[in-house]
Amino acid sequence: MSGLRILVPVKRVIDYAIKPRINKAQTGVETAGVKHSLNPFDELSIEEAIRLRERKGPIKVEDILALSAGGPKTPDVLRTAMAMGADRAFHIDVPEKGDAGLEPLTIAKMLQAVVKEQNVNLVLLGKQAIDGDQGQTGQMLAGLLGWPQATQASKIEIKDEAGTIEVTHEVDGGVETLRTKLPMVITTDLRLNEPRYASLPNIMKAKKKPLEKKTLADLGVEDVRKLKTVKVTEPPPRKGGGKVEDVDGLIAKLKELGAL
Amino acid sequence: MIPIARHSVLRAARAQLQPTRKLSLPTSSALARLLSTLAVLEQRNGKLESSSFSAVAAALKLGGSVTGFVAGSGVKATSAAEAAKIKGVEKVLAVDNDAYEKGLAENYASLLVENIKKGEFTHVIAGHSAFGKSVLPRVAALLDVQQISDITGIESEDTFVRPIYAGNAILTVQSTDKIKVITVRGTAFQDVEVEGGSAEVVDGVDPNVPALTEWVSEELAKSERPELATATRVVSGGRGLKSKEEFDRLMLPLADSLGAAVGASRAAVDSGFADNSLQVGQTGKNVAPQLYLCAGISGAIQHLAGMKDSKVIAAINKDPEAPIFQVADVGLVGDLFDKVPELTEKLKSA
Repeated sequence: MSGLRILVPVKRVIDYAIKPRINKAQTGVETAGVKHSLNPFDELSIEEAIRLRERKGPIKVEDILALSAGGPKTPDVLRTAMAMGADRAFHIDVPEKGDAGLEPLTIAKMLQAVVKEQNVNLVLLGKQAIDGDQGQTGQMLAGLLGWPQATQASKIEIKDEAGTIEVTHEVDGGVETLRTKLPMVITTDLRLNEPRYASLPNIMKAKKKPLEKKTLADLGVEDVRKLKTVKVTEPPPRKGGGKVEDVDGLIAKLKELGAL
Repeated sequence: MIPIARHSVLRAARAQLQPTRKLSLPTSSALARLLSTLAVLEQRNGKLESSSFSAVAAALKLGGSVTGFVAGSGVKATSAAEAAKIKGVEKVLAVDNDAYEKGLAENYASLLVENIKKGEFTHVIAGHSAFGKSVLPRVAALLDVQQISDITGIESEDTFVRPIYAGNAILTVQSTDKIKVITVRGTAFQDVEVEGGSAEVVDGVDPNVPALTEWVSEELAKSERPELATATRVVSGGRGLKSKEEFDRLMLPLADSLGAAVGASRAAVDSGFADNSLQVGQTGKNVAPQLYLCAGISGAIQHLAGMKDSKVIAAINKDPEAPIFQVADVGLVGDLFDKVPELTEKLKSA
């Protein structure tokens, strides 16, 4: 295998620390004027791509391409990705319709087209976006490409020049290690690494890195929506039941509530 | 518990007697005949995992016929037989082949696709466990359908309810796909009767697609305590425990005094106090026990996402302003290093 050409799809989402508000029409979550950031799991995948380059493993990293689909503010997160160390970026321009955006299957098809066009041999994605919480895109992409997949990776090791790769990933009772060959699709979990902060000089440099704008049509993909939002509502509120003075009070209250 | 008639004939009859039932399609009786659901069962070493029962529970809730699917080493004699006894399952498709024992997504997804096509299923349901999360989206893509993940409710055969934004919003979504591929939240679908069924076990089709990955090893956290995702009581510790030693010294005896499973916040897991697999929250496990008792957890959005459906929440925290107190049914403000051992002692002697 000559070199690693890594694709890192990223998503701009409402910042993880913000409590989302549901709009009056109950069609979605209020996004206007709300702080947005790079999806936390996507930061991990960018970081991992950069570390694969820095680690100088048996295969040299040739290219790290960040990609994001969305409206006019999407380049913000792509610049962040490039400030962290991605070489270049694609902004797939998708008009904002005030809804949840592209569905994972459409995104997977779009990524499949980019993988082919750009001759990518490793795709690193976050295990889920913290807005839709679907956790599907990576697996769908792997399925469409017929490539091996590893979800919720906590350790990635490229073993040799032939592209043998070992991925340790989180499963329900602990971790599991898989061995396969590149090309492959990996989704990242929290424990994979600690993403770096972009330094000011790198943020300045990122402004000069190439950012190409494309459309879904350029990639031969249609924006099909198979799921219709019926409504978006508040979860049933939960009220605190007040405080007790001491441990005896705690036990008495738990007994009263039937929990003991 | 009142035995609920699960068979489709009875179900259809019942639906006609109650025309106001939730299934809002033309006629429920006709629908019940058309719906056929494949419940993907997860098994390990010949035993069904708890996610399997959730998949069946959701499939039964949907109505129509329910077929179980299980694959792995010698499953016909073991987990398939176990599945055949679940009340309401009409048939179990079993594929005996070592290649599927570890549930590797690549060959398992191809296997499922073949069986879904052959059986002409309208719905495919699996638990939202690590296995279901890994395999089902791959299946959905191969079938060219948009999956619906981690549902907590079924409104009708095509309309489902799922939490988004870490459970801060509830989305009701309608699928226009011909085949509905769904993963279900375990805590929202329970109470299947594991005895009393008598499904027929038949061989599924086996396309024998070669696995692209090789299973190397696993490291599972061993514990005598109940499984976190299904425990009726959960005791959970956070950053306030300060170290792994303190976590083990304080939380484990408390868990034992209650017969509870042990959970942890992300902060506790990241700091190495507890194993990753014990993390409760948006990106860890979802739990909904009878009692969720936590100590030293402030109650960040991401943590609440994983436990706020618990029946009773109790919290011990020294900060009276901690957000956890806004959701806790009972809160105790105090130093957990004093309160937790005292609580453990008093529960033991009670």
